[in-house]
Amino acid sequence: MSVIIIMLIGSLIIAGGFLVAFLWSVKDGQYEDEYSPAHRMLFDDTINNKPIK
Amino acid sequence: MSTETLEKKVCYHCGENCTSGKIHLQEKIFCCDGCKLVYEILSENNLCTYYDLNTNPGVVQKIKIREDKFAFLDDENIIRQLIQFTDGNQTHITFYLPQMHCSSCLWLLENIHRVNQGVVTSKVNFTKKEVFLVFDNAKTTFRKVVETLTAIGYEPHISLHELNTNHVKKTDKTRLYKVGVAGFCFANIMMMSFPEYLVADGEVEANIRQVLQYFIVAFSLPVIFFCATEFFIIAWKGLKHKFLNIDAPIALAIAITFGRSLYEIFSHTGAGYLDSMSGIVFFMLVGRILQDKTYQSISFDRDYKSFFPIAVNVLKDNKAVPTQIDQIKSGDIIQVYNNELIPVDCILSKGKAEIDYSFVSGESLPVIKEPGEIIYAGGKQMAGALELLVVKEVSQSYLTNLWNKDVFKTKEENSNSFIHGLGKYFTFLVLGIAAVAAAYWYAHGEPKLMWNTITTVLIVACPCALLLSSTFTNGNILRILSKNKMYLRHPDVIENISNINQLVFDKTGTLTQQSNVKVTYTGKTLDEAEQINIASLLAQSSHPLSKAVVDFLNKNTIVSIENFKETAGKGIEGWIEDKYFKIGSYEFVYGTSNKKPNNSVVFVKVDNEVLGDFKIVNNYRFGFNQLMEVLKCKFTISVISGDNNAEQQKLHSILGKEAEILFHQKPDDKLNYIHHLQEAKHKNVMMIGDGLNDAGALKQSNVGIAITENSNNFSPACDGILDAAQFSNLDRFIQFAKSGKRIIMTSFVLSVLYNVIGLYFAVQGTLSPLIAAILMPCSSISIILITYGMSELSAWKIGLNKT
Repeated sequence: MSVIIIMLIGSLIIAGGFLVAFLWSVKDGQYEDEYSPAHRMLFDDTINNKPIK
Repeated sequence: MSTETLEKKVCYHCGENCTSGKIHLQEKIFCCDGCKLVYEILSENNLCTYYDLNTNPGVVQKIKIREDKFAFLDDENIIRQLIQFTDGNQTHITFYLPQMHCSSCLWLLENIHRVNQGVVTSKVNFTKKEVFLVFDNAKTTFRKVVETLTAIGYEPHISLHELNTNHVKKTDKTRLYKVGVAGFCFANIMMMSFPEYLVADGEVEANIRQVLQYFIVAFSLPVIFFCATEFFIIAWKGLKHKFLNIDAPIALAIAITFGRSLYEIFSHTGAGYLDSMSGIVFFMLVGRILQDKTYQSISFDRDYKSFFPIAVNVLKDNKAVPTQIDQIKSGDIIQVYNNELIPVDCILSKGKAEIDYSFVSGESLPVIKEPGEIIYAGGKQMAGALELLVVKEVSQSYLTNLWNKDVFKTKEENSNSFIHGLGKYFTFLVLGIAAVAAAYWYAHGEPKLMWNTITTVLIVACPCALLLSSTFTNGNILRILSKNKMYLRHPDVIENISNINQLVFDKTGTLTQQSNVKVTYTGKTLDEAEQINIASLLAQSSHPLSKAVVDFLNKNTIVSIENFKETAGKGIEGWIEDKYFKIGSYEFVYGTSNKKPNNSVVFVKVDNEVLGDFKIVNNYRFGFNQLMEVLKCKFTISVISGDNNAEQQKLHSILGKEAEILFHQKPDDKLNYIHHLQEAKHKNVMMIGDGLNDAGALKQSNVGIAITENSNNFSPACDGILDAAQFSNLDRFIQFAKSGKRIIMTSFVLSVLYNVIGLYFAVQGTLSPLIAAILMPCSSISIILITYGMSELSAWKIGLNKT
């Protein structure tokens, strides 16, 4: 087999990895709420820095 | 706490103007006790980050919530219908919180466990305005969780509607999967086709070329059997109903491309067109996703059930038992409290009823009811608690009967879209060309060339460009409109709007603003003392007209009144410093009935002299006059109102003599009026309304637009929701929707041009794989860019793109 076929299979595996990652993220619900995760990430700091009275 | 907020004198919690500044805590001022209470709860629980994240993030709490409002949530039967899951120890539940609007809300709701220790987890879905909660049954109850949410200003919306539908709304993810797979296959097929595009025959080893082609075939399988299935399904459904939709020729073209490509590859006669095929499937799916993007937090399908409370107190043996609404029997006695909706038709048995029917009938002023009178479902009690004897069950009441009408039963499918029509002609034309060409070659005795020609023509003339241009245009129009706070239910609505030639407005709540009244006085000039006297007397009455006049006179001093007497719904009389005052309706003051009764005028009589009258007029929405100036030139305009005809002259002067203006219209009348316009006059009607009383008309009309004061408000079933603040832009929205059709046509003409070029090569037999491979994505992308650019340009020209 020509080396080009091996390269092809390699590239397909990598591309397939990205496809699986995409499908996974859809299944996981990452596209359902685009607002909360982005803001939630910022909150953690403010809570920790807030001195408890 | 910034000093700036103090200077502006706005409520620290909700940002409402509060000029009085009477209610305050330390240096923070509040507009009402409700807001202050929420602040106290939050500061007690160390949750003041809420106010740091955004300034004045709260929602106004002016309407006080009755203490045992949620008593019905102790009922196991009701709870069971609301919760998602429980194992006895922990319960899972999702609430819809329409008040959610900023990151502070998100933060507070996810820290709710600090207020109520029983809450184990809380997770917000901001797009849907939902919060998912898990609570510990040992530490708290369902009712307490709801009360906690209410106490911090987020009263969950619990309605019958949600009870009867499955509350776990699943978003359809299959199309996203399809796009992912199609994109993946498309890109890989393109990559593996490169030798085909660039290298001349014989330069690549034959066996490598062979292997690549088999790979291509393998990658095209998921495209055709997974990604493209919806085109085949929709086409088949259409054909079953004897309707040729746009998907039919597309499905045909995809199938033929696939078949011919397989034949070429396996017979070693060519490379096929699988690259173009998967590309076009990918682009079309992307277009459909953009077009069908839904607003998850907005519901367009509400019926009366969403507006009614879920349960009311039924009096049994002098005890109030919370009972689910659909279990109320006629003969039951129910309790209804201030600011609550009356869910069934009933007779008033105890209490002072002041019913606001504006939502149901469109009357702008509350109606006073005496014990023994019938009160219809949907009215809102405005003064104190009532006891009511139920006459009819929920499903049979006057209001809900509207939903038993045929309009609400038929689910119409929009199959008249010009896209489908155009697609149909296009299909017949293409089939015609193919047939002629086939006949020609058959007559010349070249059957092989005949098949070749048929397939080539069908492949090249696929109307996918039409589908692309319409989906991308519609998607972008929906996006621009939603940025301007007009939310449409479905892309087809855009086209329906562009066909409108008659506008029908509801008056109360649509053209006028409920809370905003204007008082004018005509008659003898009143001096300060007289004004104070009138205000003092009217202050004794709770009638809304009295309140409006008192607000108008705006006096701080009150004098004492002797022997005052109020005749409910008529007027009030009394002695002030040897003078006998009689204030009220025409009939009450003059003693004779008026020829033209007008309920919105208050007459003032002192001793035997009528001094003058106060006219109370609803204010029209901002920009109403200018909007009507524009609209009346382009459309026929009607106004149908459930209210009295006090405003007739004013409306005629604005809308012109020829405008039809109808008053005293019941919900049924409105529906029938729209039906009459459509049937007898062949009009395409756009109905603009707000309340449940317009629900029938909104449904019957070609386009039903509901107006809401804020997006938290609930609107009846409709095709589109328009934010009240954007009301004056209505003409622009219509104009913009109209431009959509032009954009689609322009890009379609362009795509036909591409097709002609393609056909030219195809007929000559010189359509090289390279040109085909370049032409396909270029034409698709250029159409996408053109539709996007043109719709942006048109929005900019009309003045909708605020940047």
